Amino acid sequence: MPDVQGSSAVVPPAPRPMVSLKDVHKSFGGFAVLNGISLDVMPGEVICIIGPSGAGKSTLIRCINGLVPVNSGSILVDGIEVNSPKLDLLALRRKVGIVFQQYNLFPHRTALENIMMAPITVLRQDKDEVAKRARMLLKKVKLEGKEDAYPAELSGGQQQRVAIARSLAMRPAIMLFDEVTAALDPETKKEVLVTIRDLAKEGMTCILVTHEMSFAREVANQVYFTEHGVIVEQGPPSSFFSQARDPRTREFLSQIL
Amino acid sequence: MMDVIYRAPPPRAVEPIRGGALFAGSRRSCPTWVAATAILLTISIFAFAPTTFAQSGSVPKASAIEVLWRWAPLLLWGFCFNLLISAAAMTIGTGAGVLLGLAHMSRVLIIRIFARCITEIFRNSPWLVLLFACILLLPFEIHIFGLRIPFPDWAKAIFGFSLPIMANMAEMVRGAVLSVPTSQWESAESLGYSRYQSYIHVILPQCIKRMLPPWMNLYSLVTMSTVNASVVGVSEILTLVAQAQSAEGSRPELLAPFYGFVLICFFAYCYPIGKWTQYLERKYQVML
Repeated sequence: MPDVQGSSAVVPPAPRPMVSLKDVHKSFGGFAVLNGISLDVMPGEVICIIGPSGAGKSTLIRCINGLVPVNSGSILVDGIEVNSPKLDLLALRRKVGIVFQQYNLFPHRTALENIMMAPITVLRQDKDEVAKRARMLLKKVKLEGKEDAYPAELSGGQQQRVAIARSLAMRPAIMLFDEVTAALDPETKKEVLVTIRDLAKEGMTCILVTHEMSFAREVANQVYFTEHGVIVEQGPPSSFFSQARDPRTREFLSQIL
Repeated sequence: MMDVIYRAPPPRAVEPIRGGALFAGSRRSCPTWVAATAILLTISIFAFAPTTFAQSGSVPKASAIEVLWRWAPLLLWGFCFNLLISAAAMTIGTGAGVLLGLAHMSRVLIIRIFARCITEIFRNSPWLVLLFACILLLPFEIHIFGLRIPFPDWAKAIFGFSLPIMANMAEMVRGAVLSVPTSQWESAESLGYSRYQSYIHVILPQCIKRMLPPWMNLYSLVTMSTVNASVVGVSEILTLVAQAQSAEGSRPELLAPFYGFVLICFFAYCYPIGKWTQYLERKYQVML
């Protein structure tokens, strides 16, 4: 199973951050969504971003894989500058996997095909080898036997795990999770969180936008609270949840915890 | 759908009149095609009736059935030609329409405007006028590399029909592509798909299901409008009917049988397509 994630995941923390944002600004039609965000994520680190709706969390995460172009600032992903006209999009997308709130599986393909499609189409890898890896990934997310099921035949939690496996099939160095459990009921939520936790334990660099505080406390190395496009409070979970300095963060946490 | 409607009014709530209940029951069990066939048959019987009576007179004229029997092979051959024209026009129109539809969503503004213009022009012109324009404006032969390729009327007719098909198809493609949620694009993009790869592997396959019913609907409309080609002298079924009619001495009592035969031909071909379309519409409505 080690080859599933590629070699970068097992490298011990290097001095160079895997993801580094510096003073990132983004506005939609005059409305500033990101207002000078700076953060570093070291290889193998898991960070959680929390905050109220409309705080720019999703935009932040989508900036990192270039889905949302930013107005200014620098986003370095494993040495690739995202905010640059010379950006090699494919190289970036190979490094960064993303999982969305609404799963976004391809409804016309089976679970196995969903996982296999991108490596075959985009990376032009050998079909048999990809199929073997896809089966392994399905096993990894505990969905053996669902190879031939179409997304519509799977539960939300199962679809979300297929979506995670689909991202992993590209052997990314970083995984982004955009409120991946927000649409799930408590039981299926747990299946997904366990999958992410296992990934984090294997050393995958993860950036999560989440409202699962207990999960953040369990797996995160750093927790960030954002509001109005700025990082208001940050720290390791041990101190973040108990000793937040910022009053707004304390208020938010008191309402959720 | 129909079943639901017919089941909905409670016949038992009213006084249980036998006839009423029977009527409701028979409507449920007897689909529209039985009714439609019955109507067509009635028309044909009325059409044949006068000739049968006329035959009982002393004048030795062939009955309508005999005449039809004699001409049926030729007329059916003509009908095949209609089908050939419709199939060829549909093939060309669909191919061009898909490209035109995709051009609607091009990232280049000029291409988008150009596609919009082409679509609007051909979608808002009468089909017959487009047909005439093609017959009259296109050359009867083309010279390429010293080769003389003849361009007969039927080929021009195919071209003429494929223009409105192309425009309608473009609108269908555009609508179908826009109906695919943007999250599918995001998903594909995040996995490293190029725009072209996203279309081929993610977006268009999802569009096919959505487009199939309206596409089949368009096809049966095209098939029925191929008789327009008779106006410009292509020897399809309607042209042949006119020729057969005059060959039979233009007997007025033959008009109804001849045209009734044409009606039945088209009905027998287009009705199942319509039914199938409805079935697919229901099926995909549930799926998507």
